[in-house]
Amino acid sequence: MTGPRHTRAWLLLAAAVPLSVYAALFFGSYPLPAGAIHEALAAWLRGGPETQDLVIVRDIRLGRILLSFLTGSALAVSGGVFQGLLRNPLADPFTLGISSGAACGAALALGLGWTLPGPSALPLAALAGAFAAMGMVLGLSRLAGDFSRESLVLGGIVVSTFLGAAIALIKSLNEESVSAIVFWIMGSFQGRGFDHVGVMLPYLAFGGATVFLLARELDILALGTEQAAQVGVAVKRVRVALLVGAGMLTAAAVSVSGIIGFVGLVVPHLVRMLVGPDSRRLLLFSALGGGILLLWSDVLARTILAHGAELPVGVLTALFGGPFFCLIMARRRTA
Amino acid sequence: MSAAMIEIAGLAAGYDGRAVLRGVSLSVVAGEFTGILGPNGSGKTTLVRAVSGVLPPLSGSIRIGGDDIAALTPKARAGRCATVAQKTPALPGVHALSLVLMGRYPYVSLLGGYGRADVERARAAMDETRSLHLRDRAADTLSGGELQRVVMAKALAQDTELLLLDEAASNLDVARTVDLYELLRARNAAGTTILTVAHDLNLAALYCRRLVFLKNGSVAADGPTRDVFTAQTLSDIYETPLAVAPHPLTGAPQAHLVPRP
Repeated sequence: MTGPRHTRAWLLLAAAVPLSVYAALFFGSYPLPAGAIHEALAAWLRGGPETQDLVIVRDIRLGRILLSFLTGSALAVSGGVFQGLLRNPLADPFTLGISSGAACGAALALGLGWTLPGPSALPLAALAGAFAAMGMVLGLSRLAGDFSRESLVLGGIVVSTFLGAAIALIKSLNEESVSAIVFWIMGSFQGRGFDHVGVMLPYLAFGGATVFLLARELDILALGTEQAAQVGVAVKRVRVALLVGAGMLTAAAVSVSGIIGFVGLVVPHLVRMLVGPDSRRLLLFSALGGGILLLWSDVLARTILAHGAELPVGVLTALFGGPFFCLIMARRRTA
Repeated sequence: MSAAMIEIAGLAAGYDGRAVLRGVSLSVVAGEFTGILGPNGSGKTTLVRAVSGVLPPLSGSIRIGGDDIAALTPKARAGRCATVAQKTPALPGVHALSLVLMGRYPYVSLLGGYGRADVERARAAMDETRSLHLRDRAADTLSGGELQRVVMAKALAQDTELLLLDEAASNLDVARTVDLYELLRARNAAGTTILTVAHDLNLAALYCRRLVFLKNGSVAADGPTRDVFTAQTLSDIYETPLAVAPHPLTGAPQAHLVPRP
């Protein structure tokens, strides 16, 4: 039941997406006047010749803008699902250790110097690591407590800690890879674009479809497993499907961007305060809000420093997200 | 026709392989209004959990409407039996109507949402429990009595022939408790079979036509209220002297505590 107030907010947010994508095209380290950008876009639509401007606008800027938007969406939606599923407002996409898995996969690829034609070796290794970590956590949780909330969180901690040690081991064995690993973990979209969108898209689509289809069940799970089962929810199956769906979203995001914190924690939290707990609405608004937030965070990350230098966007979101989250918590207490 | 609504045969149920209920056999006919009584730890809640299908039996079987509940899908089970729990978890910000709509879950498909008919049914159920005016309130802002009426509406919206309650009146004051049991009586008169765990002996004796006493995980007494609600039976089951006298207005048997000598 979306009220008119929510419909208006939804339309505003939905309109802000194409506007943001368009506006973000104007920011970049290589100075391009507005006219050149419009010309390049027009040439692209007309199927004109491949000019340097067109390559910059389309391949470098647009690809990266889309990637940052999709990553932000994926993180915010999966954060919303984990918060609902674990009934913990402090859960985020990384609670289950999926990010550590991705980092470990990326560290292995960097440490061993794996390469594939194209830029996809690194994201694919990260993706494999993310899925391996998710499998471990789900397996542990199944053994220890039938996918209960406590066993999931504990499994996440155990797997994260273990994989953190594995990453440290890789770093110590191959010191040349340390800076690359550290930089990857900080989270960045530098030099990434459509290729990476291609890598993440199938998991994004599958994970997104799963969690949106099960939004109603996610609402009912707030009653607790027993009462949810008593109104007819196949609790265990639904919980696992939601975990895997949200886990795929996290894996998709982390494998192309590294570890970008706070988007998946703050956005669903804030959205819940604004539009209420209805999961479908919460996830929709989170998808748009998270995407727009990370899109503009990335614009800031690549323009804030002089001379074309970049800040890792993960550092930026943590720098702003931390204090902002404190503010939310303080307001909640006084409210 | 008096078909068996619930048919429990040789049921053992419990947790981590340890049986709380042992050898429970019970048959409830459609249209009955049955109270489950017994001391703390006698297995009342375990029985409700088993019948509602969320606690698989260790041995024995439970049939509802002729079908073994272990063989039914969760949705099919929820379409036959609605359960009102002792406590509803805190649901910050969830509107009362949204909560009642959850009772329509057995009837929605994966792709279709709650339709107009579901909303209508939910509103009718809220009307029946006199909670329709609360529909836009957040569940966490309702009083205990209001929340109980909303939760009852959720159970009624499930459109089941069987209503299962686990001490649903435990947090209610006297007036709200009578409200709840009057609602159950009206529902029962409309044909719904009711099986309720009660913590208040006299309330159960006042409304239920049949009482089942559990003790140490087994059925200790079972029969029409007037036959089993006797001083002897009660004193044996609760292990303290109890006197029974007729209710001054209805004549239903009522228990009175007796100070020990």
